Formats: sequence, C-alpha cells, structure tokens
Amino acid sequence: MRTIPDLTTNYLGLRLKNPLIAGASPLCRDLDQARRLEDAGIAALVPSSLFQEEIEHELSAHNHFEQLGAHSYAEALSYAPGLNYTPGRPQEYANLIATLKAAVEVPVIGSLNGSTLGGWIDYAKLIEQAGADALELNIYVVATDPQQSGADLERRYIDILSAVKATVSIPVALKLAPYFSSLAHFAREVDRRGVDGLILFNRFYQPDIDLEQLQVVADLVPSASHEMRLPLRWIAILDPLVDASLAATTGIYAPEDVLKLVMVGADAVMLCAVLFREGPAAVTRILEGMRTWMHDHEYEGVHQMQGSMNHCCCSDPAAFERANYLRALHSFA
Amino acid sequence: MVRKVLLDGNEAAAHIAYRLSDVIAIYPITPSSPMGEWADQWASEQLPNLWGTVPSVTEMQSEAGAAATIHGALQTGALAATFTASQGLLLMLPNMFKIAGELTATVFHVSARTVATHALSIFGDQGDVMAARTTGFAMLASGSVQEVMDLALVAHAASLESRVPFLHFFDGFRTSHEVMKIDQVADEHILAMIDERLVREHRARALNPDRPVLRGSAQNPDVFFQAREAVNRFYLACPQIVQRTMDRFGELTGRRYRLFDYFGSPDAQRVIVMMGSGAETVHETVEHLMKAGERVGLLRVRLYRPFDAAAFVAALPKSAKVVAVLDRTKEPGASGEPLYQDVLTSLLEQQVAGRGFTVLPRVIGGRYGLSSKEFTPAMAKGVFDEMKKPDPGNHFTVGIEDDVTHTSVAYDPALDIEADDVFRGLFFGLGADGTVGANKNTVKIIGEETEQFAQGYFVYDSKKSGSVTISHLRFSKRPIRSTYLIRRANFVACHQQTFIDRIEMLEQAAPGGTFLLNTQASAGDVWGTLPREVRRELLNKRLRFYVIDAYKVARDSGLGGRINSIMQTCFFAISGLLPREEAVARIKDAIRKTYGSKGEAVVAKNCAAVDRTLENLFEVPLPSSAGNGRVRPPVVPAEAPAMVRDVLGEIIAGRGDGLPVSAMPVDGTFPTATARWEKRNIALEIPVWDGDVCIQCNKCALVCPHAAIRPKVYPPEHLAGAPPTYKSVEARGGEFKGLRYTLQVAPEDCTGCGLCVEFCPAKNKRQTALKAINMAPQPPLRPAEQENYRFFLDIPDFDRAALKLGSVKGSQFLLPLFEYSGACAGCGETPYLKLMSQLFGDRAVIANATGCSSIYGGNLPTTPWAQNAAGRGPTWSNSLFEDAAEFGLGFRLAIDKQQEFAAHLLDRLRGTLNAELVAAILGADQSDEAGIAAQRARVEQLKAALADAETLEARNLLSVADSLVRRSVWIVGGDGWAYDIGYGGLDHVLASGHDVNVLVLDTEVYSNTGGQMSKATPRGAVAKFAAGGKPADKKDLGLMAMAYGNVYVASVAMGANDNHTVQAFAEAESFPGPSLIIAYSHCIAHGINMRLGLNQQKLAVDCGHWMLYRYDPRRAARGENPLELDSHAPKVPLEKYAESENRFQMLLKSEPERARRLLLDAQQTAVRRYSEYARRAGQTPPG
Repeated sequence: MRTIPDLTTNYLGLRLKNPLIAGASPLCRDLDQARRLEDAGIAALVPSSLFQEEIEHELSAHNHFEQLGAHSYAEALSYAPGLNYTPGRPQEYANLIATLKAAVEVPVIGSLNGSTLGGWIDYAKLIEQAGADALELNIYVVATDPQQSGADLERRYIDILSAVKATVSIPVALKLAPYFSSLAHFAREVDRRGVDGLILFNRFYQPDIDLEQLQVVADLVPSASHEMRLPLRWIAILDPLVDASLAATTGIYAPEDVLKLVMVGADAVMLCAVLFREGPAAVTRILEGMRTWMHDHEYEGVHQMQGSMNHCCCSDPAAFERANYLRALHSFA
Repeated sequence: MVRKVLLDGNEAAAHIAYRLSDVIAIYPITPSSPMGEWADQWASEQLPNLWGTVPSVTEMQSEAGAAATIHGALQTGALAATFTASQGLLLMLPNMFKIAGELTATVFHVSARTVATHALSIFGDQGDVMAARTTGFAMLASGSVQEVMDLALVAHAASLESRVPFLHFFDGFRTSHEVMKIDQVADEHILAMIDERLVREHRARALNPDRPVLRGSAQNPDVFFQAREAVNRFYLACPQIVQRTMDRFGELTGRRYRLFDYFGSPDAQRVIVMMGSGAETVHETVEHLMKAGERVGLLRVRLYRPFDAAAFVAALPKSAKVVAVLDRTKEPGASGEPLYQDVLTSLLEQQVAGRGFTVLPRVIGGRYGLSSKEFTPAMAKGVFDEMKKPDPGNHFTVGIEDDVTHTSVAYDPALDIEADDVFRGLFFGLGADGTVGANKNTVKIIGEETEQFAQGYFVYDSKKSGSVTISHLRFSKRPIRSTYLIRRANFVACHQQTFIDRIEMLEQAAPGGTFLLNTQASAGDVWGTLPREVRRELLNKRLRFYVIDAYKVARDSGLGGRINSIMQTCFFAISGLLPREEAVARIKDAIRKTYGSKGEAVVAKNCAAVDRTLENLFEVPLPSSAGNGRVRPPVVPAEAPAMVRDVLGEIIAGRGDGLPVSAMPVDGTFPTATARWEKRNIALEIPVWDGDVCIQCNKCALVCPHAAIRPKVYPPEHLAGAPPTYKSVEARGGEFKGLRYTLQVAPEDCTGCGLCVEFCPAKNKRQTALKAINMAPQPPLRPAEQENYRFFLDIPDFDRAALKLGSVKGSQFLLPLFEYSGACAGCGETPYLKLMSQLFGDRAVIANATGCSSIYGGNLPTTPWAQNAAGRGPTWSNSLFEDAAEFGLGFRLAIDKQQEFAAHLLDRLRGTLNAELVAAILGADQSDEAGIAAQRARVEQLKAALADAETLEARNLLSVADSLVRRSVWIVGGDGWAYDIGYGGLDHVLASGHDVNVLVLDTEVYSNTGGQMSKATPRGAVAKFAAGGKPADKKDLGLMAMAYGNVYVASVAMGANDNHTVQAFAEAESFPGPSLIIAYSHCIAHGINMRLGLNQQKLAVDCGHWMLYRYDPRRAARGENPLELDSHAPKVPLEKYAESENRFQMLLKSEPERARRLLLDAQQTAVRRYSEYARRAGQTPPG
C-alpha cells in the first residue's frame, strides 16, 4: 500500500493543507471561483489587493469633483449631489473578505498595496476585522527619484511595516520587489522587526510602446516558467537567514516548480498566471504531480524537503552566488 | 436649549417642509432648486419626517407636473409640499386654483423671483407670487432667514387648520441664499404646532374607494357661482387662524409675529408698508431716523392673502399722515401695484365702515428692488423724505434713475447708517479659487464658535468660466438686519491680482480699513504694480495694506490652485475678529470637519498651508505719495460701438446700477457681436501653434468651445505688414495651392481649456509629448499674440462658396458667428453651436430654450452671437424653458408666410419689375452656398429697384423681400428642455412637418441649474434628485422622433467622429422638413477632467452608451433604408466609460453592488439597443 505524502505546511503561523496559495488576483473576487479553487485543493486564498492609490485617488477625486465648478455661478452652486461620502472601496474589500471567509474553509489572506505612509494603513484594521487570517503587505515602489537613496527606501518599507504591525494582530507578510542592493541585509532587518513572512517577488507592470499612437502603454504580461528562478535563488539564500515564512510567486506552473521552491525553503507558493490559464484544474494537477513525485522519491512530506536545498544545506552553495554566473557562461560556451 | 444654526433661507424652508411632509414633488428652478435638493439628499440619507417615515421625494418633468403630483397626493390624503419660483410658479397656477378650490391643506414654498418679461432674470422680486394671488392660496411673506423657518412652520400648521393652501414666500437670493445665524425650531416645537387631529381629518377627506366620492366635477351656470362662494367662510376664518398659530408659535419659541407687524414711532406720521426682505432694511432705517427724532414707522405685511383689512388698519398708527406702499413688482397699466391697491381699498373700506381713520392718510405707492436691485437704507430714507414733501410723488420708483418718465425718488447714495461696530468684509475671488466656500466656512466659525451674529451673502458672475465672486460678510454683537450689499467695508480682500485692474474694489473700503491682496509681488515691490486709482484709495483712506503670494503657498503646500484656506487664514490673522492663535486652531478644526472625509492627506496639506501662510503674510508700509502709477485700462476699448462703450461697458465695469432708464432698450433688444469687446484674459495658458508639425486638419478649431483658435487660408500678399511673430506656412491641399495657412489663437478670449491640444492628432516626431499646438503661459505671449490676432482678423476670409463645407477642414475656414462665450472652459455644447453658426449663421434664426445655452448665449453684458463683415449673423431669442420648439415653429410659420407673400407680390409686380429678375428669384435654387449668394444678390437688386417705389404693393414687397433668401430656423436647447419640460411641444413640432432644425445639446443632466437628473440621464449615473443613481435607462429621443418617418434624425458626438457631426449638420439643414440633431455634450456636471471631454465622447460611443446614426427620410423616398448606423458595435465595456466619470464613480464607490447592477443593466441595454438599430439599419446585428 502506497503512503500518501503529507503536503501540509506552516505559513505565517497558519497551518496549510499544502503549499499552494491562490495569489493576489481578481480570481478570488468571484465566490464561485473561490469555491472551485478550494474544491480543487488550494490551501489559501488572497483576493486582489486594496490599493493605497485607489483609496487616496478615490478621496482626492471625490474632493476635486465636488469642488469642480462649485460656487462660481448663481444658478449652479455645485454640480454633484451633497452626499455624506466615505470611500466605498475599503468597505467593499472588507465585505469581500468577510464573504470569502463565510464561503470557504481555507484561510483567507488580505492584501494591502501601497508605497508611502498614510491614512490608508488604517484599512489594515478593517481587513482584520472582516476576518482575514493574515495580511499581505505589498509595497510597490519604482525608485525614480534620484534624491532618494536605497537606504531611504528601505526605511520607508520598515516604517510602513511597523505601522501596519502596530495596527493589526494578525500575521503580516511583506511582498518585496527584487531590486534591493542587499536583499539579505534588508530581509534580516524586517525579520528582526517581526515580519511574519516574505513573499518573493512583486511583479511590476512593465510599460510598452504603442507605435501607432506614440504612447506608452501598460498591461500585464503573464509570467513565464523561467521567471521562477529568481525567487528560487533568493529563497535559497534567505531561508537560513530569517525566521519569517517564505513564499514564492512568479512563474510557477508545474509540480516540479513547487517542489524546487519548497526544497530551497519556501513555505508556500503563490499561483496566479497558471490559474488564469488553466483554472482550478491546475491546482489538482500540481498537487497530484507533487504527490506522485514525492511518492516516487519516497518523501514523507513537505516538511522533510523544506529547505533541504537552501543556501546552507545544498551541496554547492556557490551555485546560488556569482559563481553560478560564470558556470552558466562556461556551459553556454 | 435653543440650537443656533447657520443656514440659508432655502435650507430653513426645506427643513420644515421635509419634517412635515409625506410626499414632496420637485422640479429644479433657480433660486428654489436647493430646497428640492435638500429634500432629495435627506431622503437619500433616510432621514425621517416627524412621523418616522422617509418622505417620498420625486422629481417631475416640469413644475406643472410637480404641482399636479402634489394635487394628486393631497387628494389621496398625503401631507405634501413643493418648492418653486418664477416661471415654475406660473406653471403651477392651474393646479393651485384647483387645490385651493378643493380646500386642501398644503404649502408651496417659493423663493420669489422675477418673471421673465423683456428679459429673463434669475434674481429676486415678487412678480411671480403676485401672479399667484388670484389662485385662492393664502400668502405668507418672510423677510429673513429666521422668519423663513418660523413662518414656514406657521404656514404648514395654519393650512391644516384653515384648509386653505398656503404659498409661503421669501425673496429669491437675498433671503433664499443668505447664510445667517438663526435659532433652529426644535422638533418638539414643530410637533407641538401640528394638531394630529387635523392631520387625521386631512386624511379622512382623501379619495378612498372604501368611501367613494366624486371631486373635480364639471359644473354649469346654474350652480358654479354658488359653489364658488361656498368657500368664503374658510377664507374669512383664515387670518384669525394664522394669528392664533403665530401666537402659539410665540409661546413655544419666544419669537412673536403678527399678521401686520408695526415697528416705529407710536406717533409716526410717515409709515412705509411693505413685505419681504426689504422690510428689514426699512426697520434699520426707521431705527436710525427715530434716533434723529423723526416720526416714522414700518408696517410689515406678513399675511398678504387673505388680506385682513381690519387687522391691517388696526396695526397702522392713526397718527400717520402719509403712507408709502412699496411693491417689489411691476404691473404695467394697472392703477397701482397690488399691495398699494390692497392698502388703499382697506383704508377706504374701513373708514366707510366707521373703523380706523377719520381722516385718511395720503397713500402713495412705489416700486423697488426688481430683479434683486439693491434696496438700501439710503433708498428707504429717500422714500421717507419724499413723504415729507407737500405733494409727494405717486407710482414712483426708488433705486434707479428714471430719466424718461421721471418716476424715480431722489436719495443720497452716500448715506450709510451701519454702526461702526459691525464688522463688514468684502472678498473678491474667482469661482474656481474656493473663495466662497472659505467664506461660508468663516461665517460658520464665527457664528458657531462665538456669540456674534453672522451673515454671509454671495454675489456671482453672469459668466460660467473665469467668473468673479464677491462675498459680503457681516459680524455683529447685535442681530443683523442689513439685507443689502456692503458698501463701506472694514476689510477688503482681493484674491486675484488681475481684479485690481478690472474691479473698483477699494472704492468700497471704509477709511482706516484693511486691504489684503494676493499677489506675486513682494511687499517691497507691490506698490509699483498698483494702478494709480488703487494707490490713491489706499492713501486717502489710510488703509492698512497686506500682501501674500497665496498661489506660491498653495503650490508649496501641495494644494495646487486652491487658495481658500490660505486667504481665510490671512483674514483671521489680520482682521482681529478672533485672537490669532485661536483663529488658526479654529480654521484647522474647520479643515478637519470639511476635509476629514476626504482623507488625511488633504487635511494635512491644508493645515500645512495654514502654518505657511502666517510666514508669508506681510504688511506693506504705505509711501507718503501715490507716485506716477499706471492708470487702470478701460474696460472696453474706445473704438467700441457706442452701445458697447456706454452701456454694456458700464455693466462690464460693475457700474450697471448707475445706468439710467434712457440707456436701456425699451423692448429688450440688444445688438449682437458684442462679446468680442469684452476681453477677459482668463486663461493661464493658451495654445501655441507649431506650423511645422501641423497637418492643417482644423480639428482644433472645430472643437474649440470659444472660437478662440482659428485657421485661415489666404494669398501670400496678405502677409505684407505682418507683425514680427506672426506665423504662416504653405497651405496644404490642391484647392489651396499657392496660398498661406495660419492657425491663430485669440489670446485674450481663450479660456485655456486645452480641448484643442487633446484633440490635435499631429504629434511632434522629435518629442512625442508635443503636438502641433501646445499650451504655454499666456501673460508673456499676450502682447505679441494680441497684435497677431488683430492682423489675422483683418485678412479676408476664404470664399465660402468655394469651400467643401461637408468636411471638418472646409467648415473651419468659415467665420464663426458664435465666439468667446462665457460658457464653462472646455464646454461640450458650444462647439456644436459654433459649427452651426459657421455653416448657416448668416441666415439663421434661433429659438433658444432657457438653460446653459440661453445663459452663455444671451446673458448680459455681451453676447457671443456675432456678425460677418456684411453685418449678417444669427438672430436669436429666448422665450421660455418649456416652449422653444413651439417658439421656433412660430418663426418658421412667419418666415414661410412672408416668403409666400413676397412671392405673391413679386408675381403681381411682374409687369413693373425686371421680368428676368423676378423669374430668377422665384425659381432660385438655394440648395448650396453659391445658390444662396446668387439669390442674395438678386434680392439686393430687387430692393434697389423697389427703393423708390411708391405703390402699396411695392412698399410691402420691400418689407418682406429679405425672406426670399432661404432662412435657417434653429431650435436649440438642452436635454432638460427636449426630454422633459419641452417634450410635448417638441414632439408636436416634429410631427408638424415644418422645416425647422432642432439641436439638442444633450449633457444628460440639467446643467444650468447644477446637475439635476433629466430623462436623458443614463442609468447608474448619480445626479441631484438621483443621489442613489438613476434606476431607469435614458429615454431614446431619437427613436421616438424616427417613429414619425418624416423627421430627419441624427445622433452625433463630435469627439467620436467629427466628420460625421459636420455631415449630419449639413444634411439636417438641407432636409426640407423637421430635423433633430441630438448632440452628446460632455459637461462639468459629469465629473470629468474637462480637458478630456472629447475623449469621453469617444469612449461613450466605443462602449455603446451613445450611438452615431443618421435617419434621413429622403433615403426612404429613394427606396433605400433611411437609417444609417454610423458607429460600430460596442467594443469596450460600459464599465470602463463609467469608471472614468465621477457621476458613475460616486455610486461605484458608495454603493458598489447597486452601481454594478445598474451598469450591468446599462451594458445590456447598450448591446440590445445597438442590435436593434443595426437591424433597423438593415445590418446584421452583432452576434
């Protein structure tokens, strides 16, 4: 009789039935989709983020349009009905979290996306109160200001993290960009300040050019499988360095991708593009593939392989470092 | 504990009406719209009435509809009320007769407004309520905001008891819009005033099938008269009921009222009788004159109908020798104005009956304050002085100079009786800079946080863009009765530096007062920037002078162009009304209250600006002499026509009050082509043309709402003498070979909206952020561009007969005959009007419905409707809001008749005229520009031939000969007119088959009155009266018109397809029957960046919300499908369009689920509608 490998894992202090999480995307907004993902075996859900820009823009847009043309002309002292206005998006997001919590049994992780300190952080509390099991904090900065140093930016991450940690008691994970001068150092810094998890990496919208209109256009290109290698390297490096949970995102399509990431130290992986492409069936396929591989290779469970090939535990640590580059060049040659 | 509140008259009336109503039916009209808006807002917030339910608030298609709805609601037992003014009240009259005839308790709250006669006026007088005095409604007048709240309650309570319906009125703007600190009537007092038994009796009279009755029968000569007299005892009892109600109110609140309230010397010899807000001014004047020992008094009329003659005479001191009755209305041809006649009749009747006076006082009557004309203590004293004369004038006027029929009473305009301890502040701001909002805040701070009484009154511009606002603020330890503008201010603030040259503001400063100027100049340099007149006033009046660069502070604080908090801080810092630190703390509190819901960032920015302000506010030491400063530039240039220079120019300069009667046209007729003389210079940035990048498509000119960017092609020899910076390039296109092309901006007329730049398709290949036109700061460009524009205008226009008028490019070489309007910057309506004026303006007759287009088209001082070099151009008139279609049909019928008469006379005179000419005229083909030009020449020839003719027929022919040139009748209005109030008439005119062209400028909302829902409002959009998002689809006006089969119908959106728009206009005009063009017009009320208005038009079409089509009955006659669907199937989700407009966003954010449901329905409607149109057009509907 074949033993079924144990896929359970611990992420942000949450016990998950397997490492597969539906990453922040509009998929989880739809209750039917969420239920189908759960039925397919997903271990946790992250509905797409509540954005700082969204909240602040909503407030300032309302303010702007309420004032537009007001008190200028005797017959029309305003052009919009005077409503006692509160931004609806945060409450809508909180309602979504509450609805998801009622609809599924797996953990639901809220996601808050921003780039600077501000009142929007208060909405973390709203997400917690709605029943979220944890919070993913997505700090999204494209560092274009030449006056701002890397240290300044790191300080900003830490300040936002500290503000959110002070606001909520649920676990808080930080979703990072890959563009840090010294990611290991920074990861240790946030780890020391109590971050419960790190998600590697944030995927930026990359601009394109419309040649006909001579305009810059922005759209989201789904990640490709090879992009998984970047988080793979960094999870391997960070796993021995931090206590926080580690999750990988970007380019995860196959059971093998998950296994590799778990082996370098990931506690969980975020699926996104693959769910858009295949739907919930992808979850079943990946889980089945993982089980088969683990069974074939006689692994008892995920816990056994977790971190087994990280920077410390692997046989060739240099492979995660610059040497890797030289070796790759030689093999290409 | 009495609750002090700061509110205006409209809110005070709405507060009471809402609490005491089950059903409220409304329709927007200035200045009463805010009453309905309050009711709608409270209902959307689920605020209950005093019986614990939320009143049903319903917007109707017109005031006639609102009154009928109220009538119905009353008949079925509801407590119902409505709000209106002016023409709106006139539309309610038929139902008011019915409601009164049926003895039904209700209150109509009216912010009294001028009725349109020789001109429309949105301002206040009592002409409207006087037109309602025969309806049988009781009429109760309030003269202040406090009285509005108090007497509104008295009206509701007395109506229930008397069964007589009440019209409760107060002066439009002066009271409806004046913000005052008043005592709020507590809910328990409102409840205590209403007898629940009477409410139940009201319900018991309702139509009810369980106890059926017949009401509203038709009666005949045998009994109608007797039945009409059956109501008498209710009217006889009404005054006593009102007095008892007032007494009960006095016991509850301590504020006591009488049917006729006397104030003044007990032994007064001269008494003024009047009602409304002017009585407050007379009250002040009487106090002042009594201190000087004069025996004068004021008798305020509160209950005007039923007029209790006995109570009136009893209230009038028997010492009175002369009584002056002041009416705020005019009844031409009457033996006197209404109140005057009532007073005379009452005095005489009472005397005959042996009551009252043994010797009647002399009674004189006069008119004052029409259309919110100022009524000041000086004018009141003028009347008292007139009464002193042995033979005082009767049927006089006061407040104007009547140098024609010499009715006006003399007064000393310099008289000022305001006490020195009353703080009086005057603030000159731009509509867009938040001055009024900040001042309302200031009134609130002082009113709520101190013991002082506070009053705020705000005067607005007649323009919608770059409009000037003047805030009048008073603070006093004693109640404020001054219902007139401030003429001697302790504090004058100029929030815009450019006003210094345009507005005589320091002329209104009190000696020793303070002047605050927002300027870029430093304290050291500012003196050099001031005109000589301003320097003199500063020195002569020894004013303290402060400066701040508020825009710099705003920029540094991240507030963009909003300087309101900054200027408010300056005011508190230097006015001394509150200790500076306390004032700063209060402003910050106010900022938190005002912007708290807008987010922490907005609050923080404003608070930071407050702190920065104090560091940047400087006092300017005054030099000992004025020095040689420049003189203020003239308002209009000296070369302007006399009417513009001497009359319109005075109005522009703010001196219109000083114009005598003789300066005015007797019948409201004014010249056109006057806006060109009013150079407003409101643009911060203007477009600059790059001829190397330009592809000469002329799209920028097409979409310019203000005709401020113009192309021209001309022979190179016209460049001789061109100014040094004048630009031209070689003209493109075979038909313009060898010519030069120039795209010229009118630098002083451009509003800087940027629509042209956004719509420009030509990008600079070296720097893609740039186009063929790019915005640049106006001030440094102005002098050179002024010169260039003058040079450009002098170059002759290209021959219109040689242009391709059906194309965008060709049409834009035509001279615009609609230019430089005061419409909003970036207006979506005016480009259509401009296009119409270019294509047909030289022979257009326009019937314009009331609304935005009648305001920017016809509001004094100047009009954008212009003339060509031959003196031809659109001739324009506005009748009413509801009747533009019928009004325009009248034009057509008259023109056709004249044409027919002219043809008839031509035929009869064939023998005496050149037969060839007659034949050519009668057989002329005027289907194109060449044909029209030829006909014009023939008609000129005919007129020359007839000039000396002496026969009756020849003289008659000469008088109608012009009609032989084809006239283009245009009926113009917004969606409020076409879809709602004017729909019945529009439908009839379209069905008539007559050759009229109807242009509906569809902004999908009542734009002019501030964004109320119309039946054109799309599903899911938030508007006033639809705070929860409109639940129903937009009415398909085009489809309804197409149903007739003989109407040309086009639906256009310039931003989506500009050529289609031009083509539709050309086809509509050429169609020899009724034509309807429905034009998507983006609007400030949509909550969009107006610069992107044309992009929104495109998006509206791309998502299927708006379709482009043309339905031409001529095609059907040729056996073709008459409908051509010119837009593609919806290709972007409607939600994308909705997300880009705040009118939808508000609901998406506040009620996302409801919004998505409504938008989903709207999306389905769009798809279904497109398929239906495609099917009708003979296309395969999209799968």
